[in-house]
Amino acid sequence: MNDKNIKELENTEFENVNETADNEEQLSLNDDRRVKVLSPTAMVVKRFFRNRLAVLGLIMLVSMFIFSFIGGLISPYGQDEQFYRYENQMKDYLGIVENYEFRYLSADGQKFDSVLQAKFQLAYQKKQTSFEYKNVTYDITEEGTDFYSVHSNGTMLAMAFKDIVNNDGAELTFTEKYEALKAYTAGQNAFTADGKNYTIDEAHEILLDGQKVGFISRLVISPVENGVVVSPELKVKLEEAIAAKVDEFTFTEPGGEEETYKLSYDAATYNWTVKKGKETYVYDAYTPPSKEHLLGTDKNGMDMLTRLMYGGRVSLIIGFIVVFIEVVIGVSLGGLAGYFGKWVDMLIMRIVDIFYCIPSMPLIIILGAAMDAMKVEPMTRMFYLMLILGFLGWPGITRLVRGQILSLREQEFMTATEACGIRVSRRIFKHLIPNVIPQLIVSATMSLGSTIIMEATLSFLGIGVKFPFASWGNIITDVNDAYVMTHYWFVWIPAGICLLIAVLGFNFVGDGLRDAFDPKMKR
Amino acid sequence: MRKYIVKRTLISVLILACVSFIIYSLLRCLPSSYVENMAMQLSALPGAKPYEEWLAQLNAAYGLDKNIFMGYLTWLGDAVRGNFGDSWKYTMPVLQKFNEVIWLSFIMGAISFVIQLAIAIPLGVIAATKQYSRTDYAISAGALVGISLPTFFFATILKLIFSVKLGWFDLYGLVGRDYAQLDAMGQFLDKANHLVLPIVTLVIVSVGSLMRYTRTNMLEVLNADYIRTARAKGLSEKKVIYQHAFRNTLIPLVTIVGGSLPGLFSGALITETLFSIPGIGFTSYQAMTSGDIPFAMFYMTFLAILTLSGNLLSDILYAVVDPRVRIA
Repeated sequence: MNDKNIKELENTEFENVNETADNEEQLSLNDDRRVKVLSPTAMVVKRFFRNRLAVLGLIMLVSMFIFSFIGGLISPYGQDEQFYRYENQMKDYLGIVENYEFRYLSADGQKFDSVLQAKFQLAYQKKQTSFEYKNVTYDITEEGTDFYSVHSNGTMLAMAFKDIVNNDGAELTFTEKYEALKAYTAGQNAFTADGKNYTIDEAHEILLDGQKVGFISRLVISPVENGVVVSPELKVKLEEAIAAKVDEFTFTEPGGEEETYKLSYDAATYNWTVKKGKETYVYDAYTPPSKEHLLGTDKNGMDMLTRLMYGGRVSLIIGFIVVFIEVVIGVSLGGLAGYFGKWVDMLIMRIVDIFYCIPSMPLIIILGAAMDAMKVEPMTRMFYLMLILGFLGWPGITRLVRGQILSLREQEFMTATEACGIRVSRRIFKHLIPNVIPQLIVSATMSLGSTIIMEATLSFLGIGVKFPFASWGNIITDVNDAYVMTHYWFVWIPAGICLLIAVLGFNFVGDGLRDAFDPKMKR
Repeated sequence: MRKYIVKRTLISVLILACVSFIIYSLLRCLPSSYVENMAMQLSALPGAKPYEEWLAQLNAAYGLDKNIFMGYLTWLGDAVRGNFGDSWKYTMPVLQKFNEVIWLSFIMGAISFVIQLAIAIPLGVIAATKQYSRTDYAISAGALVGISLPTFFFATILKLIFSVKLGWFDLYGLVGRDYAQLDAMGQFLDKANHLVLPIVTLVIVSVGSLMRYTRTNMLEVLNADYIRTARAKGLSEKKVIYQHAFRNTLIPLVTIVGGSLPGLFSGALITETLFSIPGIGFTSYQAMTSGDIPFAMFYMTFLAILTLSGNLLSDILYAVVDPRVRIA
């Protein structure tokens, strides 16, 4: 069966061959259909697509155009839409000092003024048990560690202490405080005051019938900002944290949310600083790439990918307008110079020489600095930039067009146009210029690339396109901050790659077109 | 020949005069805020003259009180005698500042130019001899990538890789922080170390066009009839390419190399600024952004002179090198 099949196949093949042979025989040798004729355009297209680099360049360009012009429409965000986030910023909240000086509290109805306090301090340092002031003798009794009471004629005037009794709720009376301190400094855990039984637990809290009424601590807590009330629960928590030497803890205020506190101790001033995490509403700046922002955000909290798309638009449009201006001036002046020759040529070429010598980069930098000084609107500035770039860039194209036309106008077809009596403007623009177009297209494509680089460089230096408008150049400006350069690659590398792809695309295509237009090329 | 050179030189001088006039008038049309600021500062000093008097004096000193044409003539008269005025930013004669910084730029430019030649010419020749091969594609694409690379982006990438990640070079500047303690050799090496990245940037960014130029010209020569003759004679391919073709390619190469020699003095504005190398480019960038008109005026005239002399030099060289060119 196999054999049979193969035979059949062979037969059919032979038949086909015979058929084609028959067809060819039917055509005469000089029949046009025998030769496939391509128009010059088709030849150029064919040669262009055979060049792999040129096709690659075309793909790059098309993708950049789609990215910039259609991407901007698809993107859910606007060009200068800013994003915000809540950030937990640690801010100074409390200062805590360990109390290492005596504090005084005078008994009800008594006075213990600053002179007496100073006298007490002196006596304490000299380890005396009494001191005199204005013929009154004051007796000092040591009641416990760093806890003294001052009596005069048997009545208690005041107490001096380093551990501080804090209220929890209602104000504690002098007696209550006195008894509490007495028990606390003596290391006891219960005391009686005004006929009520109190206990002191391990957290130095004073309890009355299991109910918390206050606590004892040597720490003085003062808020950094005015009007902040530190709850007793927080104070206890802070004391625990200091005792346990914890650097960070979370605490939930009654009825509030959990918050983070950070402690740091400064040994020189016996000071603890407590920082509290505070929710702050900030620009969502320099967030790394995520689902919402595929390339993260920039320093103003704007979506990087969207900025890139709009930046591409600006860069490409500026490139096209500038090259358009260059081509219009270049073709008209070059055409005039080449066609008329003599003094017209002389004059125009000297102007070209002059413009060729004007250093464009320094000039644009100075004009940019001047526009900075005059505070020109970003939009107006963009127009000026295009005009300046266009007016400085035409000499190259003029030279090209003039050179081509000089050689073309000596050819026979131009004599024919003259003989036909076609008017001059028509001869230049209908018969000469079209013949220059191939070189013009190549030159324009290449200068699109260099214009985009020029614009990007200027914007990078801060004298081209300005915020709020994005351009690939001014997106990269952020790298002037070395921290951004090293830490936020997503801010500047994608913009640079876009720029590179677009310029490379123009150059590849221009190069491919040059080869394709060249009839001398072998392929 | 001599007549031609004289004629071209005279035309160049005329063009230079026109260019400097255009630049002068453009700069004069700018808001003269810098002079006003300076007058404001000077008048604020204790016991100083009032603002108006200072302004008038400064305007007179810089020829800003005359009309544009007269002002230009004054400037030109001084410039011809080698007096370009005092720089406002650097508060010293423009030429003195220029003399301080130009040689660094020249050294940088010269080194990178030599490296460029050493890379571009062999690669261009290879690409042309193996046209449409894989090597040719790689070299052509590489050259185009070099041309398409924006200087600032490439320099930043180099900085990120070699300064930040690898830590081989400093990010900015010409000298390190311990420069003063080094001996002469160490100081030289320190400077050389700081010049590596700028020179690499310059080479990569500008090597492409020279490479393409070599390739195009080599291709043209390879298609010429005398190469076919040489091959027909049965010469070895090596001999054909390196003795017959390459020597003829040297004609356009010598002209373009000669033409770019004056450009070595122009400094690399962007690269020097990016790396904070105190050459003529960075110095004039700072001067220009701070509105230092005398320095900017000088720098732009200087660049115009360089362009003109470059063109002149390449035209003359073309006539000298190529015996087929005879100038009446």
